[in-house]
Amino acid sequence: MNKPVRRIAIFCGLLVLALLLRDNWLQFVQADELKTHKNNRRVDIARYSQPRGNIIVDGQAITGSVETGGVDFKYKRTYTDGPMWAPVTGRSSQVYGATQLENLYDRVLIGDDDRLFFNRTVDMITGKGKKGGDVITTLNGKAQKAAFEGLGDKKGAVAAIDPRTGKILALASTPSYDPSKIAGANDGKEWTSLDKDKNKPMLNRALRETYPPGSTFKVVTAAAALENGLYKDVDSKTDSPLPWTLPDTVTPLKNEGDIPCKDASLRVALQWSCNTVFGKVSADLGNKKMMDEAQKFGFNNDKLDTPVRAAQSIYPKDNRPQNAMDGIGQASNRATPLQMAMVAAAVANDGKLMEPYMVDKVRAPNLNVIETHQPKEMSQPMSRDNARKIQSMMETVVNEGTGKNGRISGVTVGGKTGTAQHGVANSENPYAWFISYAKGSNGSPVAVAVVIEGSDTMRDDIAGGALAAPIAKKVMEAVLSTAK
Amino acid sequence: MSAMPSMPSSAGSNTTATTTISTVGPPSRRNTELALLAFAVILPCFAYANVGLALNGEMPSGMLGYGLGLGLLGGVGHLVVRKFAKYADPLLLPLATLLNGLGLVMIWRLDQSERLARLAKAQGFTFQASAPNQLLFSALGIALFVAVVIFLKDHRILQRYTYISMVVALILLVAPVFFPGKFGAKIWITVPGLGSIQPGEFAKIILAIFFAGYLMVKRDALALASRRFMGLYLPRGRDLGPILAVWALSLVILVFETDLGSSLLFFGMFVVMLYVATERTSWIVFGLLMSAGGAAVVGSVEPHVKVRVMAWLHPFAVYDNPRPSWATTEQIAQALFAFGSGGVFGTGWGQGASDLIQFAANSDFIFASYGEELGLAGAMAILLIYGLIVERGVRTALAARDPFGKLLATGLAAAFGIQVFVVAGGVMGLIPLTGMTMPFLAQGGSSVIANWALIAILIKISDTARRPAPAPAPSPDAEMTQVVRP
Repeated sequence: MNKPVRRIAIFCGLLVLALLLRDNWLQFVQADELKTHKNNRRVDIARYSQPRGNIIVDGQAITGSVETGGVDFKYKRTYTDGPMWAPVTGRSSQVYGATQLENLYDRVLIGDDDRLFFNRTVDMITGKGKKGGDVITTLNGKAQKAAFEGLGDKKGAVAAIDPRTGKILALASTPSYDPSKIAGANDGKEWTSLDKDKNKPMLNRALRETYPPGSTFKVVTAAAALENGLYKDVDSKTDSPLPWTLPDTVTPLKNEGDIPCKDASLRVALQWSCNTVFGKVSADLGNKKMMDEAQKFGFNNDKLDTPVRAAQSIYPKDNRPQNAMDGIGQASNRATPLQMAMVAAAVANDGKLMEPYMVDKVRAPNLNVIETHQPKEMSQPMSRDNARKIQSMMETVVNEGTGKNGRISGVTVGGKTGTAQHGVANSENPYAWFISYAKGSNGSPVAVAVVIEGSDTMRDDIAGGALAAPIAKKVMEAVLSTAK
Repeated sequence: MSAMPSMPSSAGSNTTATTTISTVGPPSRRNTELALLAFAVILPCFAYANVGLALNGEMPSGMLGYGLGLGLLGGVGHLVVRKFAKYADPLLLPLATLLNGLGLVMIWRLDQSERLARLAKAQGFTFQASAPNQLLFSALGIALFVAVVIFLKDHRILQRYTYISMVVALILLVAPVFFPGKFGAKIWITVPGLGSIQPGEFAKIILAIFFAGYLMVKRDALALASRRFMGLYLPRGRDLGPILAVWALSLVILVFETDLGSSLLFFGMFVVMLYVATERTSWIVFGLLMSAGGAAVVGSVEPHVKVRVMAWLHPFAVYDNPRPSWATTEQIAQALFAFGSGGVFGTGWGQGASDLIQFAANSDFIFASYGEELGLAGAMAILLIYGLIVERGVRTALAARDPFGKLLATGLAAAFGIQVFVVAGGVMGLIPLTGMTMPFLAQGGSSVIANWALIAILIKISDTARRPAPAPAPSPDAEMTQVVRP
């Protein structure tokens, strides 16, 4: 009977071998995959087992961590002025995950980034717990406050950039939410009410929402006209009949009110926001040239990372009448507030568009800087001369045109208002826009775009100047006061 | 196999030899066993201290009692073996003690889990520490071990109870059908006020006795009366009876008790023993075909088994949105996470989060807890310990001099091995999960008690196998020739 017994011994050995192989497969080959599986709660447990690193503005942390007293998550995230900073920080929720900077810099903030390896090793040897690094942003606290308070209880967004470097100075969105309130493990109720809110408080309008840009887009159209040599002098007459009919149609394009648009110069046309002039410029240049120019400003770029990715602003391929309407920002072209701030910034920086960014440095727990962002030129949408010409036009808009509310005494300010109609047959409340820049002795330190949704009181082009310009003005003042 | 290795080779032919038979038998290896046993007690003590230090930063207060308790259990076992089974295999007792001790540590460690305590509270239970009970069950297990070693003078006595064993085993197997099922499987006999036992664990041993006794008698008929067909010996129709009966029984268990594990275990054990008894490979082929056929049919028809199979194939489906209706538990996924998170070296005692498996983290899924806290290294060590126990059992079968002992030892060792494979394989996602427990490690009274009895029987068989034959009575003729001297 011994032969079969020996075979059974081999059989039992094979069973154990199969288990050993499977164990190696699980704990060696697949270990990392299972360890970091999105449903493996240990990932979150580890993430919240120590205070998270902070996101820093003007040297002050705008985030924090508190002990929860819970079993799984020892700490949870807190935010200082959460609703104001939410469009910058995003959230780090124990249940609903992380977004924006909290998400992109998660590994730094929890201390797992490879560049923190030395730190971690030292901490391990000296018996200290793991610590997270800090993310130092480019934002300007005063400008952010001016933007957020300026928006108040209106629905809208503000984006402000330093045109010289591309540093994002303000990024506000209202209505907003306090990410502290959904950071914990038992915040389902608050989450549901935010998630179901029809005003979408968790939407980052400054980066992630696109709007028809309305008349503010005329700055891009003007740049296209000058760059393509359609007109050279901004003060000589243009070939602009009034009334003017949209190409291939019998529909006349209307201006807002009785404004002097017949054969108006580019300066006058921008000053009074003449639809007929810029609609015709766009029609004369054609879809291709308009699209090229818009793309140089950043339109149609689906990978605009600040590093939080902005929604794609669009200047589409269109037929002739639509393209003419695109030229005045009233067709299918759409832009994020950040995109329109970039338009103002490119003009203010003498034609050079800097890539917008909001993370300046990443700092290890021992205060060593492990990453520094260098400003990068993104494109040159217009020559220096043409940029100067548009600057003088935009300054006229603020000094003598529709943008008077943006004036700051003693400071050169250029701007453009806009009121974008939308909805079926323009039935819904229009969006009020204002884009502007301020000039200091050393170039322009700030360009800003403001958009306000649902300004039901005014439907004409003055809306942008009346509602959005004062907010832009306050943001510019805030930046100028800190730049001194 | 020679029972008297020290016999001089010239003894048979040389009539003038004065010392023909050595009175010194083979080494008993009891001191080896004692040394290994000391190791098997000290190792869990270190583990215990480790858990305390990891969880609370101090030596656990119950350390002394635990160490003494485990030492006492192992010590009593050893003394009894030394007295009543002197030539027993020296590895079985220390290996079982080591597993039992490590199991106690992990159960105690999971008792400290705040997560499990809160879970119990949230579900309206009072959270009970399982370690004290498990220590009690271990003591009962050792008591049964001692009783078997002392009172079972010779394992061949068991042969007398072949058919009684059959009846008892059938009762044990069928009884759970009449009791309410728990957690999707009807494998418990519940006595109100006293708790519940898993009769399957005991049935395993009793069935092995029945199979061994039955096959010993019938093996010639099963082996010889057969027709050859395509290189296989086909048994006669009427000889197919027993295997068909056991097959039917295991299917009945599968269907009515929805217990895939026991079903696989009993059928596997029977096929192994049948093969050993008849030395006919055809039985293995038959066995495999029948179990595959049975499992395929039941697996596709019986909803509970089907759920298990689906959960095995798609362990992470429970997180899908929308969730499939059959994905009711995240236990398998959590067990896989536990293994993966442990990696090669593990998190260390007390520092894993295998309590995320929640319910049954210390019983059916305890192996995942070891996988996480001791890593691949520790989990492989545990699997190898199990492997050693099985192979010592098979070694005992090889050494045994009687066919009944050979069959019984093979059956018990194979059953132990199959059980480990079915449970560990289920927890690691190698095969569908079943409702059985890791012998000695897992929390559960029936399992630990029954497995101590299993070890005791193996120890008795190995003792008989290695015990030197009594010295033959001196021949009066030889005495005579010795007297006459030149």
